[in-house]
Amino acid sequence: MEDIILQMQDITKVFPGVRALDGVTISVRRGDIHAICGENGAGKSTLMKVLSGIHPYGSYEGKIIYMGSEMTFKNIKESESAGIVIIHQELTMIPELSITENIFMGNEIVRRGLIDREKQRRLAQELLERVGLNLDPNTQVKHLGVGQQQLVEIAKALSKNVKLLILDEPTSALNEADTANLFKLMRDLKGKDITCIMISHKLNEIAEISDVVTVLRDGRTVETFSVEKGQVDEKRIIRSMVGRSMENRYPPHESKPGEVIFEVDNWCVEDPNIPGRMVCKRSNFYVRAGEIVGFAGLMGAGRTELMRSIFGQNYGSFICGSIKIRGKQVKINSVSEAIKHGIAYIPEDRKNFGLNLIDSVRKTCVSANLKAITRGWLLDLDKERQAAEKQREELGIKTYSVDACVNTLSGGNQQKVVVAKWMFTEPDVLILDEPTRGIDVGAKYEIHRLINGLADQGKAVIIVSSELPELLGMCDRIYTLFEGSITGALDRSEADQEKLMQMMINTQDAYSNTCADINA
Amino acid sequence: MKHLKQILGTEFRQFTMVIALVALIIIFNIATGGKVVTPSNFQNLLSGNAYVLVLAVGMLMVIVIGQIDLSVGSVAGFAGMVMALSAREFNLPWWVAALIGLAVGAIAGAWQGFWLARFNIPGFITTLGGMMIFRGGVIWISKSISVPAPEELKIIGAGYLPDWGPNTGLNNSTVLLGLLAIAAFTWSQLHKRRRIEKLSGKKEPLWPVLVRIVLVGLVIGYITWLYSSGRPGTSFPVPGLILVVLVIIYHIITQRTRFGRHIYAVGGNKSAATLSGVNVRRTYFLTMLNMSFLAALAGIIFVGRSVAAGPSDGTGWELDAIASVFIGGAAVSGGIGTVIATMVGGMVMAVLNNGLQLLGVGADRTQVIKGFVLLAAVVFDVYNKQRGRGSITGRLFPAKQEQPKPTEGTPA
Repeated sequence: MEDIILQMQDITKVFPGVRALDGVTISVRRGDIHAICGENGAGKSTLMKVLSGIHPYGSYEGKIIYMGSEMTFKNIKESESAGIVIIHQELTMIPELSITENIFMGNEIVRRGLIDREKQRRLAQELLERVGLNLDPNTQVKHLGVGQQQLVEIAKALSKNVKLLILDEPTSALNEADTANLFKLMRDLKGKDITCIMISHKLNEIAEISDVVTVLRDGRTVETFSVEKGQVDEKRIIRSMVGRSMENRYPPHESKPGEVIFEVDNWCVEDPNIPGRMVCKRSNFYVRAGEIVGFAGLMGAGRTELMRSIFGQNYGSFICGSIKIRGKQVKINSVSEAIKHGIAYIPEDRKNFGLNLIDSVRKTCVSANLKAITRGWLLDLDKERQAAEKQREELGIKTYSVDACVNTLSGGNQQKVVVAKWMFTEPDVLILDEPTRGIDVGAKYEIHRLINGLADQGKAVIIVSSELPELLGMCDRIYTLFEGSITGALDRSEADQEKLMQMMINTQDAYSNTCADINA
Repeated sequence: MKHLKQILGTEFRQFTMVIALVALIIIFNIATGGKVVTPSNFQNLLSGNAYVLVLAVGMLMVIVIGQIDLSVGSVAGFAGMVMALSAREFNLPWWVAALIGLAVGAIAGAWQGFWLARFNIPGFITTLGGMMIFRGGVIWISKSISVPAPEELKIIGAGYLPDWGPNTGLNNSTVLLGLLAIAAFTWSQLHKRRRIEKLSGKKEPLWPVLVRIVLVGLVIGYITWLYSSGRPGTSFPVPGLILVVLVIIYHIITQRTRFGRHIYAVGGNKSAATLSGVNVRRTYFLTMLNMSFLAALAGIIFVGRSVAAGPSDGTGWELDAIASVFIGGAAVSGGIGTVIATMVGGMVMAVLNNGLQLLGVGADRTQVIKGFVLLAAVVFDVYNKQRGRGSITGRLFPAKQEQPKPTEGTPA
């Protein structure tokens, strides 16, 4: 009989309006490195949060059997004392504190009410040696590179007597040398009877390091298969990741693309925090009037960064590139200039970037174009009310009054308010970043209908989405992004999920096939 | 209940504080045996607190953008001193000196706004620095001695409106102002009703409007009578009039201009404001500049009261101004608060001061009580907002329709 350390049975986790996990079952053998892969939103992170107690026992359905007995974790502390430690994609170190202090954060070694610094330091030194870091444990974490920080995180996990280590996309911020280093350590740990679960969608890494792969899709387990002799069937993984039936219905739409009205050439943007790291690499694309163009890419591909840098250099440091609107080159240095040139951007994070949640629907609807309701020096509040009522009717915003505060609205209606706000600027080019994230099916359909309506009015529409079916159902043309580069463009007729996924993870043959398209 | 709601209109939420204020005045009046509601006490109440309320107007805007200004007392003292000195040393006419004082305030505000807008230094820090810089500055330039100011400033600081025309036993200027106020209110109410009818295409009932006009008319009439029936030669105080004009102007700025909307947008969600094309830096800069400008004005009004500028003028004013804003229901995190509510908050503080003083309560215990009132007001406000329930008035008059329940999905 196999030695199973962890079994998660029929895990179902429901967020209001969304079934994030739908009966996921997974079993992990002791001493394995078990990879979990899936699209954005497939439920990988949620599953790990259930396992580590971030989503406490009782907030999900199903059973967790760990080392032979059922677990009911209510918080991270409980899961950690059982030896399950999760290392998140965004590292959670405190940069101003030393390595030692970070390792023992929350688990300080205390003698007579005071922290025993000497003992902590000694233990930290040992832990650092175990993860192969040759550093003074008194070094402040801010002086460490990302790779080193990751190793410190693992050292921290070891200090908690870890039996099952969960790594959430551990290599997403690492370079090749650091990645190799990390993998070496993982193999090391494997020899010491520590089991690893690794979330990743990098196929080459999965092939290199893991013993077993489980693919998740739409909150369900699709299949689990072992990696034999460092070989994985990439096609099989891709098919599992995307191979859902098109169960979502999209409103029928026939685009009538006109001439090209929006062009971006040779667009390069640098990461504002990491000098030298390019988040957009020589991107070229165009959109026709009345056309809906999609942008696909996995997390970290630079989709949002590209759009926000185009929208008045709201993100990053501009390096080079040009924007042409209706064939005329324009200089856009601020958001208000972007608005003036007829560009609208609906951000992906509605609550933090799209809305002032404590404002009323009425004021929000006109907030990006106050000029339109200004008469002389003063705002014309009657015009404002008329405009808001008109938007409410046209977009079907469900609220008892336009004076209601936007945070009393449901997610779908909030999103409609954001759309209303930007329609009021009368844009020619409308960029929608994850327009239907976190809203229910009915509201999605309505938003999609709105988008089609905008295209019919002759606007150039750009949709950025993590949901491939949404892009395939809505767009006339789809660009794919990988690590800041546009890796290809497909027409609706030739695109399918597998092709797109191949271009999004940039397997070589897909890239060379589509290079011609970029230049076309 | 429904009728009451119709009369009060939709924005009755802000009436909680007004009710508290009126209750406070009535309680103190009874406790002191009628010493509170007298013409001379009301005149003092207004001219003795006008400078703090002027500060509170600016402070409201600063707090709405999510900042704080600790330097206003020092800036007020500094501007007043510069005015007094420039009048004395260079023999300038009073109004030139006053303009110089205001200019000094504007420059001080530009200085503090610059650090906030350009380098994103929190207002708390820049104005803490400013508090020391300008306080030190006052003492330095005055050599720690009070400086007499031009006599004419008395009008601004403690003056009364002239009396003219037939002898009615009342101050005719005040009566005229009162009548103008009633006329303006009547016109605005009727105009509003016409607008609503035009917008909705439905007939609005006339009676709530009329009841409102009569009620408010009576209140204004009573206040007018109170202020005009004092000793001969007294009237509605000039500093009070300056305050009323400022409140009207700033109410319009905050509620009816693009700049006003930008203030609330920046305070409510800075990132969203930026992505809506709001120039956040400019908004920060202008708000801080305006604050110090109003501080200088407050300083000049205060100098006018005693016709002398002292080295310690303005000490501690920032705290009174901040307290007024928060008692008036502004949010510590920014984005919420109005000029009118701030004035009510400021009056609550002023009436507390005044009533306790008339009761013979010492300054020490007055301070303690004011502290508790501030805390209670903010706790009350936070408690109400936290659980998403309406204010007490909101619960007394439940909304006509149920609000749709927010449903929110956040898959990881």
